[in-house]
Amino acid sequence: MAKDNEKIIQQNMLKPDGLNPKVKYSIAAVLLALLLLGIWWLEQILPPSSIIFTVLKKGAIYSLIAVSLNLLNGFTGLFSLGQAGFMLIGAYTYAVLTIPPESRAAVYMYYDGGIIDFALPVPVAMLLAGCLAGLCGFLIGLPVLRLKSDYLAIATLGFAEIIRAIVQYDKLGPITNASNLLRSFPVFRSTLFPFIVAGLCIAVICLLINSSYGRAFKAIRDDEIAAEAMGINLFAHKEMALVTSAFFAGIGGALLAMFQMMVQARAFTSAMTYEILLIVVIGGIGSITGSIIASFLFIACSEWWLRFLDEVQIINGFQLPFMRSGFRMVVFSIIIMFVVLFYRKGIMGTKEFSIDGIYKFFRRLFTGEGKKPKEQKGGGAA
Amino acid sequence: MDNLSYYIQQLLTGVSVGGQYALIAIGYTMVYGILRLINFAHGDIFMAAGFFMVYASASLPLYISIPLVLLLTVILGVSVERIAYKPLRQAPRMSIMISAIGVSYLLQNFATYYTGGLPRSYPTIPFISEIITIGTVTTSWITLLTPVLTLALVIGLVALIKYTKMGMAMRAVSKDFETAQLMGIKINNIISITFIIGSFLAGVGSILFFTKYPTVLPTIGAMPGLKAFVAAVFGGIGSIPGAVVGAFVIGICENIIKAMGYTTFSDAFTFVLLILVLIVRPSGLFGEKSTEKV
Amino acid sequence: MKKLLALVAVLAMALAICTACGDDNKTGGNADNQQGSGNKTITIGIYEPASGENGPGGKQEVLGVKYAHSLQPTVEINGETYDIKLQEVDNQSDTTKAVSAAQNLVAANVSVVLGSYGSGVAIAGGPYFEQAQIPAIGISCTNPQVTEGNDYYFRVCFLDPFQGTVMANFAKDEMKAETAFVITQLGDDYSAGLGTYFKQAFEGLGGTVLEAQFQTGETDFNAILTNVLNSDADVIFAPSSIQTAPLLIQQARQMGITMPILAGDTWENESIITNAGQYATEVYLSTFFDENDTSNPAASEFVTGFKAWLNADPQNLTNNGGGDGVAAVSALAFDAYNVAIEAIKSANSTVGADIRNALPGVDYTGVTGSITFNETGDANKDMAYVKTIDVENGNFKFLKTQSVGE
Repeated sequence: MAKDNEKIIQQNMLKPDGLNPKVKYSIAAVLLALLLLGIWWLEQILPPSSIIFTVLKKGAIYSLIAVSLNLLNGFTGLFSLGQAGFMLIGAYTYAVLTIPPESRAAVYMYYDGGIIDFALPVPVAMLLAGCLAGLCGFLIGLPVLRLKSDYLAIATLGFAEIIRAIVQYDKLGPITNASNLLRSFPVFRSTLFPFIVAGLCIAVICLLINSSYGRAFKAIRDDEIAAEAMGINLFAHKEMALVTSAFFAGIGGALLAMFQMMVQARAFTSAMTYEILLIVVIGGIGSITGSIIASFLFIACSEWWLRFLDEVQIINGFQLPFMRSGFRMVVFSIIIMFVVLFYRKGIMGTKEFSIDGIYKFFRRLFTGEGKKPKEQKGGGAA
Repeated sequence: MDNLSYYIQQLLTGVSVGGQYALIAIGYTMVYGILRLINFAHGDIFMAAGFFMVYASASLPLYISIPLVLLLTVILGVSVERIAYKPLRQAPRMSIMISAIGVSYLLQNFATYYTGGLPRSYPTIPFISEIITIGTVTTSWITLLTPVLTLALVIGLVALIKYTKMGMAMRAVSKDFETAQLMGIKINNIISITFIIGSFLAGVGSILFFTKYPTVLPTIGAMPGLKAFVAAVFGGIGSIPGAVVGAFVIGICENIIKAMGYTTFSDAFTFVLLILVLIVRPSGLFGEKSTEKV
Repeated sequence: MKKLLALVAVLAMALAICTACGDDNKTGGNADNQQGSGNKTITIGIYEPASGENGPGGKQEVLGVKYAHSLQPTVEINGETYDIKLQEVDNQSDTTKAVSAAQNLVAANVSVVLGSYGSGVAIAGGPYFEQAQIPAIGISCTNPQVTEGNDYYFRVCFLDPFQGTVMANFAKDEMKAETAFVITQLGDDYSAGLGTYFKQAFEGLGGTVLEAQFQTGETDFNAILTNVLNSDADVIFAPSSIQTAPLLIQQARQMGITMPILAGDTWENESIITNAGQYATEVYLSTFFDENDTSNPAASEFVTGFKAWLNADPQNLTNNGGGDGVAAVSALAFDAYNVAIEAIKSANSTVGADIRNALPGVDYTGVTGSITFNETGDANKDMAYVKTIDVENGNFKFLKTQSVGE
């Protein structure tokens, strides 16, 4: 399998009919600029309360978190269910460090204003949020990464629960406000902010996946024993994947806290991890673009498109059956089960959505040539 | 109240909670033993059994509704296996686990939808919810009955597995899936039987649990489910006595922690225990050591 | 790099879809007049839990609003008649879900928001309403933090420092309690807040307070209750959600704890009596309103009308918990709706910011007494009704009114 990968990588390098990298970069730059411009323009013409911005913001944040989980589950083959714990650390680190001192008395009302009396600038706090989550990932990895598949899953899930309990411990109240809400920290108003931050983070993850480390991750996923025989240090690489994933989940958590304008530990349960896991599954385990598409779809459906299912609909005096509060989630979970059972690859499988791909698709479409052997089969490579 | 009866009271509560976990844990440990699958939906089957009882007892007398509830729970458990796990038998383990999570999500959401998300009150079963005073300790019959019933069911189950042909087949399947198949054991039947037993015990567990804590909620199954799983791991996955011992240990320890005032950590403790067991003795208390095959 | 391009392409596509849909969202917004009557509409948002631990309470508040709406379905603005449309969202008694519910209300272009039951969700949703400049009128969220520092949150009920003091006085004077055992829910602002204020007041009166906490979703209180039994507490104070109440009451009585159990306004819900059954003895709680209080003619008129309205529709009866008892929160919700109408009238506008500016000037005499707002946006109320559970009749029995003698 590792050998196959090698071949694919070579193929990708040669890329006989791919686009010239320079052209690709410029297309990317143009598209990126267009996207940001588009959001900026939307913010000008639509009222800020529009549901689109909710979907876009939350979708961008969930993309980052889903991609960070995919790095573990899809690319390294570590079935981790600890993402909610890392998000929690990120969200709390950010919130605790940025609440302005003048608001602390109100927020920490049960703890005499808490013991922290400074506020860090937003970028520093976000970075720290990621770092602390990464550090936790490192510490958790030490014992846990020896475990295999489902034991690993349940152990990481357990760690997330332990983290949640520690944060809620009332002796830590002066720092974490125990199990009470944290709020009044700086938040973002513009949709551009989560897009830029999440975009940058995902770009870094992509770079990592395409580096030699990324190839090692995939080798571990495909066959641990073979990878070890090839001289890959299993533990070091797994640890690295876990720390990276935790770091970005932490930043995602900080973004989520900003988006929600408040953060409370009890929300970060295993149900939250399951939700992200299901996004990854829908998008395709091992596909970054898949995770991103799935995040936006998932959020758009749950916040917006499927909302009508929750309301009693009356058409021509006839009340449609089933439609009442909660129906949306039933439809949703049936769709998810359908994907899991019959469409196991998800939207993208392990493939990626790329400019090259579109280019080839169109070329095939117009010239009827360029039949290439199945590309990028060996994993989310590319 | 003197100190002794204080400790007895706390211990009684712990044992009773442990008994309830034990009944759920058996379902986990049996399914894991045979399919190597953490059946995340098991806790939700337990929850569903609670709702079945709420609706059944609304129109039927108890002596009909209790067997009916157990039957419905078994049907639900087996159909979950048939619909969500059987098609994925050849798939990677991660897929089938995701499917289990999906089923759990579906059951919870459906229960939320069907019940309107409101807590429902569980019917009172006469006699066992009555109060009893022994010396200085006051408690309800259910607290005493739970561990006794649990132990009786477990002994019966162990006998079933040890001495019947079906039990032998189950052991064979859990030892080696493929060889068992080659030896003429009908794998699918054995798996169904496993789910029948697991769901039946979850149904009994739910009756005991909700008689004690008579509020049924769509999300109520998740935590007891996870704890029961940890109990199964602690005792050595695949081992029924192990799961029961593990469940009692967790139930009692959890109660001690709550009594000491560290409520925040009562759930977390379970997971600390899990991680310690996995690191120190991954095969659990009674589990057999397995070697990794290449 | 290719991934990056991929990302860009995907985001661009998502954006295209959103833009396409976004435009019609805008036109479907506020100024629509395709209602049957040909009138313009103004939307009032109902921000309540319909599920989760406080679902039953949320439903009772929605009933109060709906009844008020049935009496007064239109409002005059600038000489034009506007139909009032109610937009309901379910915040699921959960602070995280509440955020998305609040955003949905904001996106639906509501002019005023009513709710919520449960202070935690109100605190979580508050910043969104403030940011969107939509005034919110809290119905029974009693925690001070709901309105504090939020210019757009008002409320028509009393506050927890007051309620805590009332119950502390009650425990001390009526129950002759020396030691109180306070059991609160972790991470619930209502429960933690009320517990803290009770403790302060009770200790101020010279009593001793013991404390214990439980986690959200906890069903087993035996460990805590054993500690209660082993202490020298005379009374339990357990402000908590509707879901917790019957479990706690039942387990306490089964363990042989006979001391009185005190709680706050959330416990005035008939589902607690149904669920706790015969065990619900010696339970005392404070609340906002009593249906048998005939001193206020508006109140008795409301009670009669509301009961008739409830009985007319079995669905309403179910939402009310099965009986036709008038919950205090329904009465408060009725008042909150009318206060909102008053504010809309005096603002002469459908714009949230205008209505907000009109709210402090509102002086409305409702079924729960006269309502005026102080500068933080809290109603000036100084009377609580203490009730107990009457197990035999399965309802709440009024005991006394209590205000705080400074």
